[in-house]
Amino acid sequence: MGEIGYDTAHLLGALVLLTSFALLSQRRLSALISAFALQSALLAAAAAWQGLIQDSPHLFVTAAIALLLKAVAIPLALRRVMERFGIQRAAEPALGVGPTLVAGVSLVTLSLLLVIPTTAASAALTREDLALALSVVLLGLLMMITRRNAIGQVVGFMSLENGLILAAVGVKGMPLVVEMSVAFAVMVAFIIFGIFFFQIRERFDSLDLRRLDDVHAEEEGP
Amino acid sequence: MTQEPTLGPALAILLVPALAALGLALVPAWRLAARLNVVASGLTLASAAWLAAAPPAPTPLLLVDDFNLYLVLLTAFVGFTTSLFSAGYVAHELEDGRLTPRSLRFYHAMFQAFMLAMLLALLANNLGLLWVAVEGATLTTVLMVSLYRTAAAIEAAWKYFILCGVGIALALFGTILMYLSAQPLLGGGAAAMTWTALLAVAPRIDPGVLDLAFVFLLVGYGTKVGLAPLNGWLPDAHAEGPTPISGVLSGLLLNVALYAVLRFKMLMGANGQVLPPGTLMAAMGLATLLLAAFMLHRRRDMKRFFAYSSIEHMGLMAFAFGIGGPVANFAGLLHMTLHSLTKSAIFFAVGHVAQAAGTQRMDRVTGLTASHPALGWALVAGVAAIAGLPPFGLFMSEFLLVTSAFATHLVPASLLALGLLVGFAALVARVQGMAFGPPMEGVRELRAPLAPLYAHLALVLVAGVWLPPPLAAWFQSVAGMLG
Repeated sequence: MGEIGYDTAHLLGALVLLTSFALLSQRRLSALISAFALQSALLAAAAAWQGLIQDSPHLFVTAAIALLLKAVAIPLALRRVMERFGIQRAAEPALGVGPTLVAGVSLVTLSLLLVIPTTAASAALTREDLALALSVVLLGLLMMITRRNAIGQVVGFMSLENGLILAAVGVKGMPLVVEMSVAFAVMVAFIIFGIFFFQIRERFDSLDLRRLDDVHAEEEGP
Repeated sequence: MTQEPTLGPALAILLVPALAALGLALVPAWRLAARLNVVASGLTLASAAWLAAAPPAPTPLLLVDDFNLYLVLLTAFVGFTTSLFSAGYVAHELEDGRLTPRSLRFYHAMFQAFMLAMLLALLANNLGLLWVAVEGATLTTVLMVSLYRTAAAIEAAWKYFILCGVGIALALFGTILMYLSAQPLLGGGAAAMTWTALLAVAPRIDPGVLDLAFVFLLVGYGTKVGLAPLNGWLPDAHAEGPTPISGVLSGLLLNVALYAVLRFKMLMGANGQVLPPGTLMAAMGLATLLLAAFMLHRRRDMKRFFAYSSIEHMGLMAFAFGIGGPVANFAGLLHMTLHSLTKSAIFFAVGHVAQAAGTQRMDRVTGLTASHPALGWALVAGVAAIAGLPPFGLFMSEFLLVTSAFATHLVPASLLALGLLVGFAALVARVQGMAFGPPMEGVRELRAPLAPLYAHLALVLVAGVWLPPPLAAWFQSVAGMLG
């Protein structure tokens, strides 16, 4: 089991990271949502695999939550939001794709340089998984910064949470309470986001956050 | 024969707000709900007193020691006075049509849920539970900040949610790293997430992972404290939400987040081989203080203005705990308590002023001491207290901090003094305009009771003149714990 278990865990972690780059480079909103669904499905696979090699069945629950909620339910709901409000299709990144990807690669390098040397005492599988997870977290942050659109920011936030779950499942014996709470947080977060979407729509007829900034500038005055 | 203290009071203090939150969600009559909110907050305060009288031994999930006990008491007290203020405030807002009975039902349930989340965060012995509670407190306040449904309120809530969401995500990553560092020593499972167990093995934890974890935890929870650079959410959330919420945000939630950071700093201190955690914390605190002190001069909205003042004071506390030692820690703890009391009192006053004047713009408010003497002079007293003037208690904590810092860290202490002076100038200039000069025209009578406001200010005054010896001894023992 050892070799295969190790390699497959790495492969799945790396694939999750790869989809983070896909998320960064997408211009169209619908493609963005698809990439997010793919990332969540890969995360579910990674969690299930960890459950198998660590022999901890509760990770299957985490995998099931990731698959049902983040790979299926949330993307569907986001598509419905897009349809109902007739949101424009372009994702409008604030930064060009090229510079964004360069920044992304630098962040991955940074997290490798940060995590691998400091965790020398931990198990090899854990350290590399952690480095991959931190990369996903940082890329999620980068995505939240580079997207102006509300849906883009939400997807960035949830991709960041995917990175956190990847970190949590990679560490052996992490108590279930954390994973449950993360899943719970995603759910609550989505409800809140739903409310915001609804109201932003009501007030501005657009999900473009720059308009919110305009409102703010007027009220603050010179 | 004395009985072994049970978990009863700790459970009571969590169950009261939990049940109240559920109950208030079902009460449609807002007048009744406002009264029930006061009763529930009073019961929480009574449970806190019971907890102080009979603190239980730590369990895997809950922990009561001197450090969190005083914060629990403070939280329950300010929660109670805020519920009193809130009852008068919401009646006024309803009359003006800014709130509806439906949104009030939601507001009262959320108020209690928020109290529950804060008390749980303070009492948690498990790092996961602490994180969940802080997240819960964030979610409930996001919902309350957006209560008015104006464009500005939604923008503030959005910004709050996004920035604090990021902060909380970073804190979770730090928590996972903390678990990773302790797992070889404590084995898998809940033990490696339990604070008391972690503290016992802290000297043997791998310092490299601990350093990495602390950086994430400091930046993550620091976002909620209002430390630079991720503090952009704080002024907007204070300015656009209902005023009672601004009061508890500044007075309580920032303390809870700082408490979380300090718990982790204690672990770092117990390890001994890590990078000095205090230096990073003191530097962030000082940067925050200076930034906020200069920003104070440009503000026009009164709630935003006092929110920047809160950032300034949180920076001051982070600096105090960062340089550490018995005197600076004592000053930090005292400042934490008195700042809570004073700042929530100021927000009560500001809420009354905004309702009487019909505006939050400071340049449109003049002559309050002539038109509303009781309120105007209370505002003057509150601002004098927050500016650090004697005889109020904040003078004592700031004086202790500045003198002890000058003895050991000359350059940072000079910067600290500069920041305090810059902030002081802004406070004096603004309160002069608001309190004195010709009275405004078209102001309204004020019917809301001023008792909570005066109670807070009286406590701050008493603390400045005479700090009760048992309280001083308590602070000294906690300052020793913090190291």
